[in-house]
Amino acid sequence: MLSVADLTKSFVSPEGGRAEIVRVGRFELAAGEQRALRGESGSGKTTFLNLIAGILAADGGRVELDGIDLAALPEAKRDRLRADKIGYIFQTFNLLQGYTVLENVLLGMSFGPRGVDRAHAVELLRRVGLEHRLGHFPRQLSTGQQQRVAVARALANRPKLVLADEPTGNLDRTSAREALALIREVCRENGAALLLVSHDDGVLAQFEGLQDFAVINAAARRGPGAVPADGKEGGS
Amino acid sequence: MTLPLIIYRSLRQHALSTLITAGSIALACGLLMTVWVVKTQAQAAFISTSTAFDAVLGARGSKLQLVLNGIFHLEASPGNLAASDYELIRKHPAVKTAIPIAVGDNLRGYRIVGTVPQLLTNVEYAPGKNYAVAPGGKVFGEAAREAVVGSFAAERLGLKVGSKFQPFHGLTFDEKALHEEVFTVTGILTPTNTPADKVIWVPIKGVQAMSGHDPKAANDVSAVLIQLRAASAGVMLDLMINKQGNRMTFAYPVGAIMADFFGKISWFDRVLALVAYLVALVAAGSVLASIYNSMSARQRDLAILRALGARRRTIFGAVVAEAACIGALGAAVGFAIYFGLLTLVAGVIRAQTGVVLDVTEGHAVLWICPLAMTALCALGGAVPAVKAYRTPVAETLAPVS
Repeated sequence: MLSVADLTKSFVSPEGGRAEIVRVGRFELAAGEQRALRGESGSGKTTFLNLIAGILAADGGRVELDGIDLAALPEAKRDRLRADKIGYIFQTFNLLQGYTVLENVLLGMSFGPRGVDRAHAVELLRRVGLEHRLGHFPRQLSTGQQQRVAVARALANRPKLVLADEPTGNLDRTSAREALALIREVCRENGAALLLVSHDDGVLAQFEGLQDFAVINAAARRGPGAVPADGKEGGS
Repeated sequence: MTLPLIIYRSLRQHALSTLITAGSIALACGLLMTVWVVKTQAQAAFISTSTAFDAVLGARGSKLQLVLNGIFHLEASPGNLAASDYELIRKHPAVKTAIPIAVGDNLRGYRIVGTVPQLLTNVEYAPGKNYAVAPGGKVFGEAAREAVVGSFAAERLGLKVGSKFQPFHGLTFDEKALHEEVFTVTGILTPTNTPADKVIWVPIKGVQAMSGHDPKAANDVSAVLIQLRAASAGVMLDLMINKQGNRMTFAYPVGAIMADFFGKISWFDRVLALVAYLVALVAAGSVLASIYNSMSARQRDLAILRALGARRRTIFGAVVAEAACIGALGAAVGFAIYFGLLTLVAGVIRAQTGVVLDVTEGHAVLWICPLAMTALCALGGAVPAVKAYRTPVAETLAPVS
């Protein structure tokens, strides 16, 4: 379902040179599979997820999602593919503060080809236990509740793949365990594959499919360094 | 649903700046529409009011002054005409109707005009429209101390049929200049929406023979309002009286004199319009500045929307549409300001001149201005929209790890 090959990404470093952040030779994820990647802060995990989501353009390589190479698509098509097939849970949730809980979830499905399905949004919020908070704004919710809204939003567009970037980083241990269980359960119920990145051993221990990001990311093993002069910087 | 929701929520989140910006647009829009409509309607009303008569004959002086004095009951008379001059023009074969008027008195600031009853019984003040006395009244007798009061003056002065009053000398009210003669109101004119509504009409003899007036001028008239049998006669009389004579002025044609007058003061319209345009530009600029300044606060939201799959052009469109909405909101409120201002200005014009502006009449500017203002605001919104378009998603949402 997800296949990554020879993926590279570099940025201009503060010193003026180019620093390679991601160099992944091969990475695959099957439909419905749940995988966790362990990596320290600054190891390029978020950049890797952003490349898979099409938020960042790769310097080189392939990111195939359902047979479509995201890396080769122009930005507008990457946006459309993301809206159609990918759900993203951020460490800081990234909820829209001026929108209600229900509107946040509705926006999660607004840009995809299937359009807005209010009943599905309400059902997702019911599933995460927030059916009584539809009209509330994120600031009126606890951190745990905000995380649940983020989970519901990530699943709103019926994605094939859910990317989770340190999704429990802002939660206490109990809440983190509950949130993670919820994410995995809801992904399973919706048939979505889950790729989670974290540095928290407590979180990672719950995954059978656990992989060290440094193993798949050659750039992380080598440490940030100069890249050839023809390396292009991408951006969203 | 998505775009309206994004626009609505953004307007709500920045409610104060939205309201202030929309308010300045409303002011600009209201001013622009008022200036335009007042200018157009006033010009049309003044020119149409002057259609009852082809010319005004008076003492040697300014044609415009004669028209303003004789038709609009503004300004002072440039002097008197002898009775023989009036008779001469009345009997001229090219003249269809000659109505003499005599001015020089007022009732608490409302002008008293002496004339002949035929003005109120035989003359059309507009095509197909004759003066009419309201039921229960009648036109004054030719030699009696009676008066017919214009509807606006009657309402302001509280005069009714049977009311009595003493005129004051002069065209401006001075309570010490009270004449001793007592006039009785015999009728109230039905509204005509012309300057006649603010005049108190009395027999010409009543003004000529008023105590304190110069007895030597007892038969003089202030002006003669003239209807011609044919337009060509006007050219002939113009040549005879204005170019060959040197005692009188033949103000002809009345409509052209008024049009010429408005032409001479058109610079004032242009200044007003320029001010309104500038206000509109400033308002559009304030939309630009307001949205642009809030872009830093919005960038995170925009990046989140992009991460959810919103395309750049969707974000660009949302910001432009938001600016257009502020413009449209301002334009809508601008209508309230327009109606308020127009009603106020129309009231002042009516009180000063008797000319009535129709506040309900449509005008192209009433749709051009709101549309242009909305488009101008959308254009102003394009600048912050470009900034929104360029929002870097990954960098805005989180630092690169």
